[in-house]
Amino acid sequence: MLSTRNLDKSFGSLVVAQGISISMPRGERYALIGPNGAGKTTLINLVTGMLRPDAGSILLGGEDITALPPDARVKRGLARTFQINTLFPRLTALESVALAILERRDQSRVWWQSLPRYGEAIDEAFSILESLRLGAHCHRLTRELAYGQQRLVEIALALATRPRVLLLDEPAAGVPKDESGELFAAISNLSAELTVLFIEHDMDVVFRFASRILVMVGGRILVEGTPRDIARDERVREVYLGRRRHAFA
Amino acid sequence: MASASGHLAAQIRWRWIESAFWLATLLPFVVTPAYLSLASQIAITALFALSLDLILGYAGIVSLGHAAYFGFGAYTAGLLAKHYWGEPLSGLLLAGALTGLVGYATSHIVVRFRHLALIMLTLGLGLLLHEAANSASWLTGGADGLQGVKVAPLLGFRFDLYGRTAYAYSLAVLFLCFLISRRIIHSPFGLALRGIRENLVRMPAIGAPSRAHLRKVYTIAAVMAGMAGALLTHTTSTVSLDTLSFGRSADVLVILILGGAGRLYGGIVGALIYMVARDQFSGINPQYWYFWIGLLLIAVVMFLPNGILGGLGALHKKSR
Repeated sequence: MLSTRNLDKSFGSLVVAQGISISMPRGERYALIGPNGAGKTTLINLVTGMLRPDAGSILLGGEDITALPPDARVKRGLARTFQINTLFPRLTALESVALAILERRDQSRVWWQSLPRYGEAIDEAFSILESLRLGAHCHRLTRELAYGQQRLVEIALALATRPRVLLLDEPAAGVPKDESGELFAAISNLSAELTVLFIEHDMDVVFRFASRILVMVGGRILVEGTPRDIARDERVREVYLGRRRHAFA
Repeated sequence: MASASGHLAAQIRWRWIESAFWLATLLPFVVTPAYLSLASQIAITALFALSLDLILGYAGIVSLGHAAYFGFGAYTAGLLAKHYWGEPLSGLLLAGALTGLVGYATSHIVVRFRHLALIMLTLGLGLLLHEAANSASWLTGGADGLQGVKVAPLLGFRFDLYGRTAYAYSLAVLFLCFLISRRIIHSPFGLALRGIRENLVRMPAIGAPSRAHLRKVYTIAAVMAGMAGALLTHTTSTVSLDTLSFGRSADVLVILILGGAGRLYGGIVGALIYMVARDQFSGINPQYWYFWIGLLLIAVVMFLPNGILGGLGALHKKSR
């Protein structure tokens, strides 16, 4: 569904991505792990078009999307969330999600009809929020929502674009551990057709929810495999997990 | 689930206070007939501020050169009336359309920038047009202004000395443009604009072509600013370089901030207060009236950071 071929990116002399080739089949749940500064968010930025690679290509469902701007990639089914909340503070949760739906349906250019006439889009926005248990809060301004709820709005915005591939950048960042389980349960309940990649530091969560794991170190993919493979891999233990061996216990 | 759209519909319903406000705009005809010329100036400035509100208040484009479009519309209407025909309605529409073309052309540059760069860019555009008009005195009359503008009666009504026709004309155009703006901000497109204002970074990540949205609203705002300029030409039968000046760009920004940006009525209320204050202050103190305007601005920004309407809104919320 999503693949990259030999992606390179540097900022001056700082190499942040080097020869990254991945291939994610439909429906897989990928975890992307690695120490801080490994280039995980950079990889998401490259794939979504927020950064331009120096070399290499990106394919979505067989189509080369390397030259497309970010919004065109979203239209083709590639959505992301942000590690730090990147929301619309003074729109309500419902307005925010409805906006993403109207953009998907190419109706956001309509200026001569009033918003409530787009009941279908609004109902769809409501049901997305409802599925993330935000229905009761849908008319509150995003900035007035609790932090954990705002993390869910991040995901709701991405889902509203009806993605084929969903990239989640630390979806549970800053969420208390007991709530993050719930958040990942919501993620794992997403359509089985959807390909998901999530960056996550909590190894319990990674091993519970990922069907495959990518390990990044210093801008390169060190190894890719099933959770079992990764847990056994000596190199992974050395460079990254050695410090966290307790996580496997 | 019907309540989800119902809630939105309730938010955009026409309120009684709005009807009262627009009815009150008719009062000058009976209460202050001697001030109808001032009233028409206020309506024109309000339309200009409304156009700035569309780009600043709703899409977050800060402009210090919005007079470029006001002045372009004013000169277009003036040149039309001087050299071709003086019928005002067609002149108004043509001036609006041509200004829209200029707005669309410049929007391609404007939407690429944000923040300080954007302020400098719009300032530059404004200065550029001002000096171009100044140097092309064969066309514009330069510093003397455009003379010989002959405006024909409006639907049979002559532009009288008391400003009755002028005010009715300006008010009607303001009201129509207001209705259109109101529809725009409550449309899917208006929601997209608010999204851009709230978070430009997120917009591409939900598949939104932000720049196309911005070019569109910038063009619409230019049309309205151009029509405001044309109204000034039609109601005063002259065009001066002042219509393109930096001062006019700055004034309209002050007016919008005074009234409250992003509220649709902010520019109108701001124009009313600013113009009446200027009229009164300049009567008391002809030389130093800007001192009082400065004081007013500082007071509003310090105590009512969301403008006068923002302050009133907060007061209303508290009282409930």
